[in-house]
Amino acid sequence: MAPAPPPPPRKLPLLEPGSAFYWTSGAEGALRIQRCTACGTYQHPPFPHCAACGSEDVAPAAVSGKGRLATYTINYEPWIPGLPVPFVFGVVELAEQRELYVFTNVLAPVDQVRHGMAVAVTFEPHEDVWLPMFRPEDAPA
Amino acid sequence: MTDLPEKLTCITGAGQSEVGRPSSRTALQLTADACLQAIADAGLKVSDIDGVATYPGKSAEGGGIAPVSPAEAAAVLGIDPRWILASGEGFSHMAPIFNAITAIACGLARHVVIFRTVAQATARLASRQSTLMAGERNARIEGNNAWTVPFNALSPINTFALYAQAYFDKYGATSEQLGAIAVNSRRNAAHNPNAIYRKPLSLEDYLASRVISSPLRLFDCDSHIDGSTAIVVSHRDAASDLRNPPLHIEAMGMAMGGLWVGKFAGDFTHLAADKAGAMLWSRTDLTPGDVDCAQIYDGFSIHVWLWLEALGMVGRGEAAAFVEGGRRIAIDGELPLNTGGGQLSAGRFHGYGHIHEATVQLWGRGGGRQVQDARTCLISNGGYGYGAMLLRRD
Ligand SMILES: [Zn+2]
Repeated sequence: MAPAPPPPPRKLPLLEPGSAFYWTSGAEGALRIQRCTACGTYQHPPFPHCAACGSEDVAPAAVSGKGRLATYTINYEPWIPGLPVPFVFGVVELAEQRELYVFTNVLAPVDQVRHGMAVAVTFEPHEDVWLPMFRPEDAPA
Repeated sequence: MTDLPEKLTCITGAGQSEVGRPSSRTALQLTADACLQAIADAGLKVSDIDGVATYPGKSAEGGGIAPVSPAEAAAVLGIDPRWILASGEGFSHMAPIFNAITAIACGLARHVVIFRTVAQATARLASRQSTLMAGERNARIEGNNAWTVPFNALSPINTFALYAQAYFDKYGATSEQLGAIAVNSRRNAAHNPNAIYRKPLSLEDYLASRVISSPLRLFDCDSHIDGSTAIVVSHRDAASDLRNPPLHIEAMGMAMGGLWVGKFAGDFTHLAADKAGAMLWSRTDLTPGDVDCAQIYDGFSIHVWLWLEALGMVGRGEAAAFVEGGRRIAIDGELPLNTGGGQLSAGRFHGYGHIHEATVQLWGRGGGRQVQDARTCLISNGGYGYGAMLLRRD
């Protein structure tokens, strides 16, 4: 049997000045989220100033990369030819702060995905982008 | 509350073109069909119309979501506008209506025709990927879509499925309960000659349909069409001697926030639409108990639950049990819902089909789907920018 063709390339994010750090932080192996130096609040997506206190003194800060799965969906539809399905698209609430959410893929068998499950970040490199994805915290990295 | 701008305005006419998958008529022809019908329905001449508005306007994208500008429509119809507007933001699909209301209240226009034209069926025939969020092949993703599309969330269903799953998990809701929305819409569409799907759909059919993005299935999704819908909004002082009894815009509400609009707050079981509902009820003495029928946005079925709660028609977490079995939301139920088939069965007009159906009900044109003695209709619209209106007939 012929080997399966490679999956279609991911649609990658444009590295824009305000948010590129999120997509490249995997190069150093740590997830980074924008944090206000004045009041300590994290925010995502990043903005030019802190939504909590208004300070413009905001900068990327390394976080633990741990969190819990706030909600998810299992996508079965191959929207483009060759898209590997099923896969899990989800929202992770990072451990650092309530309602600090990131959208991601959860790298787990679809029948093992549960609301609230503990997850940890892992990075999938594509060109100049390290996509932050998450795996069950008790699974090997 | 008599000086609120919406109290000065009313809907005086409505029209809808043929609806095709695809249509043989161009987007501009369909627009003219709907607008001319709405103007004639109001008992007005084209020369009476002094304002034109649309959602979202015209853009270069090829997906058929924005094929006609208000200026083009005015030119084709022979309207000489004093006021014109295209709005793709500002509370989303209903924004042109809210803006027309304020323009009329401010004296900038007397009779405004507002249209929504889609050519998504034609675009979809040319490319199956026309309705995806991925942009041009190989292009990098910009803006808010960059947070989701790289994870292969290529369709809007993926993000709204997140809400459905969160709602299921929090309240113990089931697919049988969600399926009641699609089944109800299809039952009503059987009596709507312009609906695209009119073949009966049972709950068993729903549960046997394939899962697209769990827990949402094929029949939880609305469908792309070609077509145009239009209404005429008039100053109340110019409406009393027209052809139809005026439909008073009793109250409006609007909000924006959440997905695709920056920072996200909440637990994915409710929408910023909550604020639109609260605003609407703060502008009228009527209450949810006064609503005779409701046309609730159903881009995906889950929107209906979230909107019913946002509008205070049911309590938080109660929508699933309320619609279960379909009795309460049937034509002869306590809250007849999406009486023309909604977007699930009548096609994706981005809420303008819902507005048209409200006029059908309040002017007694529903035939086999007519709600008896309907005097008020609640309409809601949108999945990221949120609008709601309460219409009332004397
Ligand atoms: Zn701060």
